[in-house]
Order: sequence, then structure tokens, then C-alpha cells
Amino acid sequence: MKSENIVGASVPRMEGRGKVTGQAKYVDDMALPDMLHGATVRSRIPRGKIKKIAFRPEINWQEFVIVSAKDIPGKNCIALIEEDQPCLADGMVNHPEEPILLLAHADRHILAKAVEAVSIEYESLPAIFTMEESEKQSEIIWGRDYIFKTYLIEKGNVDAVWEKAEYIVEGEYTTGAQEQLYIENNGMIAAFDSERGLTVWGSLQCPYYVHKALMKLCGLPAERVRVVQMETGGAFGGKEEYPSMIAAHAALLAIKSGKPVKIIYDRMEDMAATTKRHPSRTRHRTAVSGDGKILGGEIDFTIDGGAYETLSPVVLSRGAIHAGGPYYWPSVRIRAKAVATNAPPHGAFRGFGAPQSLFALERHMDRIAQAVHLSPVEIRRRNFLQTGQTTTTGQTVSEPIDLGKLLDRALELSDYAVKREKFAKQNRHGDKKKGIGIAAFLHGAGFTGSGERYLSSVVGVEACRDGSVRVLVSSTEFGQGTKTVLCQIAAEALGLRYEDVGIAQADTQEVPNSGPTVASRTVMVVGKLVESAARGIRQTLSASSMLADSYSPEEFRTACRTYVAKHGEFRSFVRYEQPEGVIWDEEKYRGAAYAAYAWAVYVAEVSVDPTSYNVSVDDFVALQEVGKVLNPVLARGQIIGGVAQAIGFALYEKVIWEKGRMQNGQMTNYIMPTSADLPPIRVYFEELGNAHGAFGAKGIGELPMDGPAPAIVNAVQDALAVPFDSIPLLPEDIFDALIGNAAQQSQPPSARGHR
Amino acid sequence: MVNGQQVTVRVHTMERLLDMLRHELGLTGAKEGCGEGECGSCSVLMDGVLVNSCLIPVIQAKGTDIVTIEGLSSDKQLAKLQQAFLDCGGAQCGICTPGMILAVHHLLRKRPQPTLEEIREGLSGNLCRCTGYMQIFDAVMQAAERGAVT
Repeated sequence: MKSENIVGASVPRMEGRGKVTGQAKYVDDMALPDMLHGATVRSRIPRGKIKKIAFRPEINWQEFVIVSAKDIPGKNCIALIEEDQPCLADGMVNHPEEPILLLAHADRHILAKAVEAVSIEYESLPAIFTMEESEKQSEIIWGRDYIFKTYLIEKGNVDAVWEKAEYIVEGEYTTGAQEQLYIENNGMIAAFDSERGLTVWGSLQCPYYVHKALMKLCGLPAERVRVVQMETGGAFGGKEEYPSMIAAHAALLAIKSGKPVKIIYDRMEDMAATTKRHPSRTRHRTAVSGDGKILGGEIDFTIDGGAYETLSPVVLSRGAIHAGGPYYWPSVRIRAKAVATNAPPHGAFRGFGAPQSLFALERHMDRIAQAVHLSPVEIRRRNFLQTGQTTTTGQTVSEPIDLGKLLDRALELSDYAVKREKFAKQNRHGDKKKGIGIAAFLHGAGFTGSGERYLSSVVGVEACRDGSVRVLVSSTEFGQGTKTVLCQIAAEALGLRYEDVGIAQADTQEVPNSGPTVASRTVMVVGKLVESAARGIRQTLSASSMLADSYSPEEFRTACRTYVAKHGEFRSFVRYEQPEGVIWDEEKYRGAAYAAYAWAVYVAEVSVDPTSYNVSVDDFVALQEVGKVLNPVLARGQIIGGVAQAIGFALYEKVIWEKGRMQNGQMTNYIMPTSADLPPIRVYFEELGNAHGAFGAKGIGELPMDGPAPAIVNAVQDALAVPFDSIPLLPEDIFDALIGNAAQQSQPPSARGHR
Repeated sequence: MVNGQQVTVRVHTMERLLDMLRHELGLTGAKEGCGEGECGSCSVLMDGVLVNSCLIPVIQAKGTDIVTIEGLSSDKQLAKLQQAFLDCGGAQCGICTPGMILAVHHLLRKRPQPTLEEIREGLSGNLCRCTGYMQIFDAVMQAAERGAVT
């Protein structure tokens, strides 16, 4: 038996060698014989009826394969939750990037010209572009009303608290759309063969989501659809659902042409047409006692879902459940709704609703602090959830988390008290204003409520003919370290070395459905199943007396070889079972929303340039409790990467909309942080463990997206003594607040704040 | 010359160097991220200078010495740099990694012992969405310490 633990060690990334030598194969690196290239003709208006499609004569259309909605063999929809989103518009368009026609040709250059040579005549209909317009219901653009989904979370009697309150604090907070901006654009290759059926290879997070969508679209049985994930160059939620659309398009062209078809988006098409983070608006009204205790509050959380429902109900749910943050609310009423607009559907992006509602909450906590004359530290300390108390959904915190202690450590690591005092003094004289801000937050790991039970994930571990072991999951690698950590877990459970364990390519023909690779669920939920499945292999070998209690890796290989030679294929499968005590009431939205929460306190230090109004983040402390850290280098990488994306969310990344369409879909004018823009991001972990996760792990992937934006904006307020409640917070917004405000003050407030 | 070998191809003079490398020579290590010289994932060395191959027409590359990630991989010295990326977590999804490694190689040629500021500046033309760059900086420091590029 090996003596050192593999879990907890920074073993090298499993697929790392291919990545650093340029040998790793992404979808655009793959080519099939006789392959055509595919392209998408999209709507150019936000809403209307398609009157006529004309093909201009400068193109020899005989050379092209052309697909319209009529060519769809099965149902014209991208199956997800609701089946409201068509694969190709059939007579009606609902957003300005809606796919209408597909073209394929062997020459990519001619293809691009052909897309331009399709003229579409529309009868325009009135369109809706903001949540506020949608709420007015002047034009019903989706369903019977304008609402995809609403939730109500109620705890205690919030109506009774207002008269007891010493202070009532109100605020409204908004966040903008954010593009995932994975560096690898979306892409798919499809091939159809009447014998074997349909195969797609692509850049994607969830092979079985694509599988489900293709079955429905093509009217094919499960065994005749195969989905293979290629190396995927970043995803962040952005390749959770839209790959189903692109796979569907490539599949339709492949079926009609009888040839393999590759569709690779360019950057502008990817940014404009695929999903982005939901824009949000949160209103808080909070009753607070004289000593700064929250008595109760009303939280109204609204997100812009775009033109189709897609994942909006799920994003909304997570946002609503996280809206109360890591604080104790004796009473609360959270009303959440996702509304329709005529923009491309918004979708999954790391954090999934929580960064939006937590931005609002953590800005609001600073506003409460100011109202009750307490420090931002003290207001949080007095309201932190304690072990034994209940969350907004009534879930009892059972683990021994001490948020006060976590806060103390973050303050110490960031030298908060000294800096805050120093900056306050310096700001009185200097032009350059400095500030420091904090945010405390939590993130639930895994699917919400009964979600994991419905997913009912299956995981396998196989002992192969040659005695090697491989993990069988549909969980995908797109930078987070899925392959590495799941192999660490299997090796640890089997008492083997890391290099003794491999993992199958995420190919629906090879691996069971272990659920989508989303929701910070892979290590905690899928990892736990890998652990069980691996133990199954070991138990079977022991029970058949092929393996002693103590063994070397070579003895284990021999035992596997012997077993396979005697009994044939040797696979251990495990299906998810809801842990006891994790009970959720979907109707009332009460109970255990998540099997585990990660907890964090982040501290941001900023300076604001007096001439450019540019905010720079000078130091960043990210302290979190994430259960057991299974691979310190990878875990640190997740946190730093998430913080960097969240700095972009807070300060740089602004989607400019014009009639539902993104106007700045290029890396030149949509600005993400470069290596020169970021502060030192200092990462610290606390490890309490977690009974429900593999070797005590919780999910960590999304957590670091939640806290940085409010910490940074709180720091900007500390620096300038002016509150900002909308992100992204750009230099022009600060200029307006400091200089423009004076000019605008003569106007009534209603004249402002219009987007 | 591409990766030390004489190469002759017949393509349109305005074909992008990136497409020529990927489609004609099968060197797919250089990636297209943006197609407009912003992201740096198509970085290659042209006569020792770091360029975005998506912005270079083939005619401009004629007669030059091009080095791609595939060319560096056979370089014994570079193994240290690649190892540093693996050790430090400098590669996550890997799509920016070939370009990033070429940028680091180029930087270390000019500045074998770079300061953190020089690293930040030197890599600011190569975007990475996964790592937040810190572990790439760690990898550069480790590689410099071990004399990865001389």
C-alpha cells in the first residue's frame, strides 16, 4: 500500500502535458475527410414575422447545402427545461441573433459571403429591451404574461417587524450582463451515417444535455446519437446550453448533406449570439434594531432572461436563495422573478444568479452600517449566521462554521484596520483616494433542493483487461481540473498511486450520465460517487479473494487482470442517493437548499485616480472555508481565476446593448482584465470538511465569483464617500457621480437613473 | 523556415499566417481566439519577434524564420518552462497556453531574470480567462530561477 495521501496533494494536471506542448486537440483542430463548413444566417431585427427569404444572385447557390426549419426531422426546439426555444426560426423571430437558416460549403471564405447574400424581409413587431419595459406589459412577448418564473421565499412574519424597527434601510442595486469570454470560441463537428446514426464532437460542458437535445430534434433513439467532448478551451457556464444549439445546427447540415460539417463561431458571433450572465435588479428594504441587528426584510430580485426561458428559472432560484447571504434573518420575504425581453437568452455563468443577488446584499450591508452608525465589519459581525440558526429557507446550519473568526482572519491578513484608518487620513489631503472594502458570502454546492435527486447521476469505475483502472463519468474538463481531481479521488479510494488511474473521454457511448458539469457539483457530488464506485471495485476483488487487505499497485493490477480474465468486463457503477436529512419542499421553497455551503470573506483595497477616475485594485485577500482542499494548486487556481473574472464584472466588462443586440462583441471593445491590470490575489483556505463530499470536499468553482464585486465597490465607497450601486462601475460613472452630479442636482431625481 | 525546416506552400498571398500554419502544415498549436490581434493565443515567433499570426499575411512571413509551440517542444531547454507551467498551475483550459508559453519564452530571452512588473508587462498581450495570471507569474519565476531559456 502507498503511504502518502493523494487527496490533498498538488499532483500535476492529468491532461497538462498536451496543453503545454500544443498537442491537445480542440474541436477546431480536428478535421474529417470531405468535411464542409457550416454557418448561421441570423435575424437582424429584435422581433417580427419573417415575410420573405431571398437568395441574391451573386452567389452560386447550387454549391450550397441550405437548411431551414422545414428540414428538421423531429421537433423544432432545443430541449432543456421548457421547449420554447426553436432550433431555427419558423416564421417568427424573437431576438436579433435568432438563427433562421443554415448554410454549408467546402470553402469557408465563400461561405461568409453567402451569409451576407441572404436577404430577409420582416414585418417588425414592437419589442421589449429592459426589465422595466417588460414589467409594464405594454407588449406581451412571451407566454400569457412576460414572466418566465417567480419564486416566493418566506420566513417569519416580516409585516410585523417594521414598527419595531429603529431603522428602515432601502436600496436598489443593479448588475449588467457579462460575457463568459472563454478564449476558445464555440464550435462543433457533426457526422451522420444511416447505419451508426449521428455523432457530434465539440466544445461543451454537458454531453448529455446535447444528447437529449439532438434526440428530440432529430427524432433519433438514444443509441443512435453520440456526443463526444473535445478538449474545451474554457466554458464558465457559457458552454452549458448553447452547444446544444450549435450541435443541432451542425447535425441538420450533416444529415442533409451526407457529409461531416464543422461550425466554428468567430469571436463576434460567439459574443453576440450565445448566452451571457443575466442582468439583474435587486431591491432591499430592511428593518434594523437600534444595536444593528437585522429584524427582517423584503428582497425583490429580478433578472432579465432574454427571449426564451432556457435556464432562467434555475438561475433565478439560486440568486433568490443566496439573496440573504451569510446572515441571520428572523423574518424575510424574497420575491424573485425572471422576465422576458427581446435579447438573446441569458444563461449560465459561474455563480449562476448568486453574484447578482450577493452584490446587492453586500452593498446593502454597507448602506445599513452607515445608517446605524456602525462599521462595515461590525454590522456583519452582529448579523452572521451561527451554527444552529436557520437560513432564509429554514435550513439549519449544522456545521461548526464560525464566520466571526473567518472575518477576523480576513481582516488580519489584509491589515484592514490599520489601512482603513491610514486611508481615511491620507484621503483628506491626497488627490489619489484609497479605500478598503469587505464582502462576506456563501455559495451552495450542487444542484438546488431536490435537483440532485432528479439528476440521479451515475458514475462508474472500470478495471480494464490490462489491469489499469479508469473513471467513467460524463463530467467534463474545461480548465477546472475535473480529470485530475476525480482521478485523485479514485486513486485514494483504491489505495493506488495517481498515475495508476486514468479517465475516459467524455463520450456518451463510453460513459454514463453523471449529470452536467455545472453548479460546483463535480468534486463534491460526482467525486463522492467516484469514491463509492472505486471502493466497489476494491470490495469485489477482496470478496473474491483476489486481493489481500494490504497490496502493492502491481498486486492490484494483477488482481484486476485475473478478475477480468475470469469474469469478463469489470465495472462498478454507483447512482446518487439524497443524503438523509437533506429535505426540500419545492412548493413552499423551504428546507435544505444545498447539501453544503462554502463560506468566504474577501477584502479589496482600491485606489481611484484623480484625473482618469480609473479604479485600480491594489490588493486582494480571498479567504474561504471550502471543506477539504483536494488539490491545493488547482484549488488556488480556481479562486484566483474566479476573482479575476469578478474584478472584470465589477470594473471593466460592460455589454453595450442596442435594440437587444450586443454592440461591442470584440475583445477590442469588451475589456477583460490583462496580466497588467490585476492586483496580487492572495488566497487562503480554511478546511472544516464536509460529510457529503468526496473526502470532505465542498464545491469551490463558483464561490470566488460572488464576493469580489461588492468588496471592490464597497472599497470605492470607502475611498470617495459616494455610494455606487450598479456594476460594471466604469470611470465615466465615477466622473458622473463626482462631477456630473453637481450639474444634475437641479433636475428632479426621476430624470436620472434611466438606462 | 518553420520550426527549423524549410517549407514551401502555395496559398493566397493574403492568407493569414495562422491559417497557413494550421491548415497547410497541420500545426494546430497556435489557436484563434479573436482574429484581431487582441488575445495573443495565435502567438508565434517570427525572426525571434513575438507576433500575432492572425494579423500576418503569408507574404509578409515569406523568407522568415517561424517558430511555433510545436517547434519549442523539441527544444530541450524548454522542457523546464513547460514543466514550470505544470508545477505551478499555469495552464488550466490550455487554449491560451501555447501562445502564453511562446510569450514567456520571448520574455525570458530578453530578460532572463525578469521582475514581476516586467512579467506583467511582457505577458499583457496574451489574455487568459482561467488563471487570473498569478500562477502563470509563478511559472515564469520558477522557470527563470531554473534557467529555462538561455
